[in-house]
Amino acid sequence: MNQVGREIPRLEVRAKVTGRADYTHNLRVPGMLYGKVFRSTVPHGRIKSIDTQAAKELPGVYRVVTGEDIRKLIPEPYYGPAFHDQPILALDKVRYVGEPVAAVLASDPHVAEQAVQLISAEYEEMPAVYDEIEAMEPEVLVHEVLKPAGTFADLKHIQGRKGTNVALDYHLRRGDADKAMAGADHVFEHTFKTQQCLHLPFETFVAIAEPDDDRLTIHTSNQTPSFVRIEIARLFGWPENRVRVRIPYLGGGFGAKVYVKLEALVAALAMLVRRPVKIVLTMEEQFYMITKHPTTFRIKSGVDKNGRVVARTCQVYWNGGAYADIGPRVTQKSGFTAAGPYDIDNITIGSYALYTNRTPAGALRGFGVPQLVWAYESHTDLIARELGIDPVEFRRKNLLRDGRPQASGTVLQDAAIAEVLDALAARMEWNKPFDRGSGTVRRGRGIAIGFKASISPTTSVAIVNVSADGSVYLYKSTVDMGQGSDTAFAQIVAEVLDVKAESVRVVAPDTDVTPYDMGTLGSRSLYHMGNAVRLAAEDARAKLRALATEAGLPEGTNYPPLEIFKKRFGMQAGNVVGTASFVPSYKSPDPQTGLSDNVTPFWMVGGAGAEVEVDTETGHVRILRLINAADCGKPINPAVARTQLSGASIMQLGFTLSEAMHLDGGQVTNASLADYKIPGIGDIPPMENELVAAEQHSGPFGAKGLGESGTFGVSPAIANAIHDAVGVRITELPITAEAVLRALRAKVGRPLEDE
Amino acid sequence: MSARTINFTLNGEAVSATIEPHRNLVELLQRFDLFGARESCGQGLCGCCTVLVDGKAVSGCLYFAVWADGKSITTVEHLDADGSLSNVQQAFIAAGAFQCGFCTPGFVMMTHQLLKAHPDPSDDDIRHYLNGNLCRCAAYPEIIDAVKRAAKAAT
Repeated sequence: MNQVGREIPRLEVRAKVTGRADYTHNLRVPGMLYGKVFRSTVPHGRIKSIDTQAAKELPGVYRVVTGEDIRKLIPEPYYGPAFHDQPILALDKVRYVGEPVAAVLASDPHVAEQAVQLISAEYEEMPAVYDEIEAMEPEVLVHEVLKPAGTFADLKHIQGRKGTNVALDYHLRRGDADKAMAGADHVFEHTFKTQQCLHLPFETFVAIAEPDDDRLTIHTSNQTPSFVRIEIARLFGWPENRVRVRIPYLGGGFGAKVYVKLEALVAALAMLVRRPVKIVLTMEEQFYMITKHPTTFRIKSGVDKNGRVVARTCQVYWNGGAYADIGPRVTQKSGFTAAGPYDIDNITIGSYALYTNRTPAGALRGFGVPQLVWAYESHTDLIARELGIDPVEFRRKNLLRDGRPQASGTVLQDAAIAEVLDALAARMEWNKPFDRGSGTVRRGRGIAIGFKASISPTTSVAIVNVSADGSVYLYKSTVDMGQGSDTAFAQIVAEVLDVKAESVRVVAPDTDVTPYDMGTLGSRSLYHMGNAVRLAAEDARAKLRALATEAGLPEGTNYPPLEIFKKRFGMQAGNVVGTASFVPSYKSPDPQTGLSDNVTPFWMVGGAGAEVEVDTETGHVRILRLINAADCGKPINPAVARTQLSGASIMQLGFTLSEAMHLDGGQVTNASLADYKIPGIGDIPPMENELVAAEQHSGPFGAKGLGESGTFGVSPAIANAIHDAVGVRITELPITAEAVLRALRAKVGRPLEDE
Repeated sequence: MSARTINFTLNGEAVSATIEPHRNLVELLQRFDLFGARESCGQGLCGCCTVLVDGKAVSGCLYFAVWADGKSITTVEHLDADGSLSNVQQAFIAAGAFQCGFCTPGFVMMTHQLLKAHPDPSDDDIRHYLNGNLCRCAAYPEIIDAVKRAAKAAT
C-alpha cells in the first residue's frame, strides 16, 4: 500500500469545514482573566511616569501591571531568541510606538479595554531613527548595550558592544571580487528597497497561561512549543518540566508566531495574580507585534564579454525594528545566498541587522530570501537587457548547477534550479512571439528564480507508538498551521508501518507529551521532522519484530501486531514505542571569510513567471498570468504541496502590489485590514503551479520543504514584466499604480509632483 | 450597562439569553459554545464571523447581539446537524479549499448564500459574493473550484 505520494485530504478536514477545529482562540479556562495592553505612543523615550490610578478604580478591574511589577517577579525580564533584549513590559525606555507598557486584567475584556484608555504615561521623548541606512550611523542609539542570548556561538563576540545599532554584521568573501570587478568588461550597480509589511494571521496572536502550585501551563497559538517552554523556564529560573506548552491548530502563522510573542507576558501576569490569564490581540495590535524586514540592498556585478558574471558584491541592510527577534539569524542565514543562484567565482557579501524605532521585524515566509531575490533578480534582468541578451539565456549561462560550489563554498546537491527555470520558460512559451499590446495598454513578461538554504543545525525528535491492536500514534511538536504537516507525517508513518495514513492518530503538540522540536519554521519540518518520523516508525517496526521473536513466533513472517502482543502479554495489552532524533551535520561559517563547506542540509528552489498588462495612462498593472514552479523533491502529498506553492505565491503577490505599513512619526497609520490591503478573491490572476520532477536524496522518501519557495520569484518577475512592457524599472516594493505612473512620467520628462 | 433578555432561534432551537447591549453576535454565540464564527479583523472586512440572520449573511462582529431578538440565527455548526456534511462542506474538502481553516466557516456560509441566489454561479458571481471573505493562506483558486463543485453537485 503506497501511502507516500497519495493525494489524501488533510486529516482534520471535517473539523475545519464544520467550524469545530480546536484553536487557542476558542479556549476558555475556569477563573480566567482577560488581559489588555496599554501601549507606547512615542517612538523613543524615557518613561517618566505611568499613571494607572483611574484604571485601577474602574469597577471590574482586577489588576493593573507595569514593567516594574514584572521586574519584582522576574529580575531580568528580557527575552528573545537571538538577543535577550525585549522586556516583557517596557522598562526605563520605550523604543517604538505600540510597545507594551502596561497591562490591565479583568474578567470582562471590554472592562479591561476601557481601563486601558484610562492609563496615561509621560515620556521624555528622544530622537528616533526609522531608516536602516540612517541607523548605520550611531547618532540615535536604540539600545545602549547589545545583549546577545549566548545560545548562538557566532553572536558571542557582540556581547556588551556599545554605541551601535548593528545587531549583527555578517561578511562573506569568496575569491577577489574587487579585482575581478576591475577587470570586468561591464559593471552594473543598482539599489533595491523593500517595504515594511506583515503576516496578519487571521487567528490573531493569542495565549493563555494557567498557573498551578509550582508549574505553569501555556496554551498558545505558536509555531515553536519547545522554544517557548525553554524560554519561559529560563525567565523563571525553572527546569523545563515546570512549564507545559500546549498548541492546537493554528489559524495561520507564516513566521509571525515563532519564538516567544505573547507567552512571556501571559506567563508573568498569571504568576503575579495566580489566576489564568488570556490575551488576544486585535487585528490592529498585530501591527505592533512583528513584521517583515524592510531592506536596502546595494548590488554590483562585473560581467565579461561573453556574458558571464565574474564578480558580484552585495551590501544588504535589514531594518530590524526595536528588538532583534530572529533578525540576526535572517541577516546571516539569508545573507550568504544574497548573490543568487548563479555560479560566480568572486563574491563579497555584507549583511547588516539594524535596530530602529519601528515595530520589530522577524521571519516572514522566506526568512529574508524574498527581499534578496527581489534585488538580485531585478538586477539580473537589468544586466541582460543592457547587454542585449535574452533574460532566460543570460540566466542559463550563469546558473549554479549541482556539483558546483555555492557562494558559501557548500557544493550544490539536489537543487533543481535549471529545472525550475526550464519549467517556467516552457510554460510561458518563452521562445514564441509575444503579443505586446498597443496604444495605452502594453504587455510584457518577466521571469525570476531564487533559492534558499535551510536553517541549520536544528533538531527534531519523534515518537511512534503502536498499540496492541496495531493502531498507531505519532507524537511530534511540529505545529500544523495549515501547511498539512500532520497529514504528511501520517503518510510517512503509514508508509513504513504499512497502515492507512488516515488511521494514524497525530497527537497535537504538548511539551509534557510530545518530544523536542526546534520549531515549525523556515520550511524545515518536512525534512527534519519528516526524517525523525520516518526513523521513529522504522524503530517501531524493528521493535515489533523483536517482540515477535521474544514471544517465540517463528521469524520470516509478518504477523499482525495484535497476534504478537497477545502472544507476548497474554491479552490485548502493551505498546511498542519507536523513537528517533534527527539533526543534520553542519559546519559553522568561518568567522573571517563567512565560508563553510556544509552550510545547509538541503536547498529550496522556487521561481515565477509573469505576464502583465500596463495601462500607461494610469500606471495600473494587471497580471494576465502568474506561473509558479518549485523543487520540493518528491512530494509526499502533491495536492497539498501545490496548494502551498499557490498560497505562498498569492501572499507574495500582496507584498508585491499593495501591502505596506505606512509610518508617520513612528506611528503606523494604516493598522487595519481597511487600509492595509491584502489579496482578496478578486485579486487572483490566472495561475499555474508546477512541482518539477526532483528528488532530495537525504529527505524522507525523497521529499523536502516547500512552504516558502512559492514566494521567491513573484516580485521580481512582475517588475521584470513591467519593464518589458513599458520600459520603466521599479526598484522599491510595493509596485503600486502610483509608483508605475511616476516612473512612466519621469521617463518622458514630465514627472509627477511629490506627495 | 444593563443587560437585556432576548429570545431567538439558534440553529433551529428556541433559546434565550441575557446580554449587554454593547456585545456583538460573535460573543453571544460563544455563550452557546459555538466558536465557528470567529472575530478576526473586527471591522466586517474578513468574513471570518459570517453567520446567517433570517437566512441572510451578516458579519457577526458588527451585528449587536441584542438585534438577534426575535430572529433566527444559523451558524456553520448547523450545516451537519443531520450528521452529514452539506454539499458545500464536501466540496471544500474535495477541492482542498483551505489550509489553516480559520476563515473556512465564513467562506462555507457565504457560499451557501451564493448558491441560494445563483445555483449555477459565474466566475463574476463567485468573486462578487466572496469578495468580503478573506483567506490569508490564499486558498482562493481552490475555493473557486470548491464553489463550482458544490454547484455541480447540487444540480
